Amino acid sequence: MVRVLYFAWLRERAGRAEEQLTLPSGVTTIGGLAAWLRARDEAGAAVFSNPAVIRAAVNQRFAAQDVPIADGDEVAFFPPVTGG
Amino acid sequence: MITIRVQTGDFDMAAELAALTAGRGDVGGIGCFIGVVRDDPAHPLAALSLEHYPGMTEQAMTAIATEAARRWDLAGCTLLHRVGRLPVGANIVLVLAAAPHRQSALDAAGFLIDWLKTKAPFWKQEFFADGTKRWIEAREDDDTAASRWQ
Repeated sequence: MVRVLYFAWLRERAGRAEEQLTLPSGVTTIGGLAAWLRARDEAGAAVFSNPAVIRAAVNQRFAAQDVPIADGDEVAFFPPVTGG
Repeated sequence: MITIRVQTGDFDMAAELAALTAGRGDVGGIGCFIGVVRDDPAHPLAALSLEHYPGMTEQAMTAIATEAARRWDLAGCTLLHRVGRLPVGANIVLVLAAAPHRQSALDAAGFLIDWLKTKAPFWKQEFFADGTKRWIEAREDDDTAASRWQ
């Protein structure tokens, strides 16, 4: 299983803050998971409509699209940060 | 000493300064930055709402503070960030950097807030007086400010 978290407006479009899912076969990277979620349903399409503005983390570290993911990972998707 | 905290309540500046310097004779200066919720006369703001990624936030803030301590000769630093609903005028963030000399203290404080704005997982949503709301978008000049420390 992979734990997927959504923050800020991605959470609103996803309609949830997190979900657990079995890593789909063939999905091996952050970008691959984003593409799979985008194709999965309407909410996913809304969340990932513009992948260029989405950032990600794997196991609580910022991660680029090509970073590998594996069973047991915590993957988060969010917009560019705006704290401070 | 590195102090990292994410909290909903306001911070007590005097208490944080006292904690940073307690028992130390090597502090010659303290650089400080306080971020405050600013109104927009063109579109009056009621409040900001801040959310973060618990767990990752603390790790990211610790990494930023550790990097500051690696780059400058610091006696200590404090990074406090508030989350939740913050009205206009409220404090958002406190950065303190204590060092033997002023240049290190001021530079480290500048570095800490620049990196905090671009490398820690916080997000701000604006709630306007007219009832509308909007997620704040990342600013290119924040990235520019952060990149001057590369």
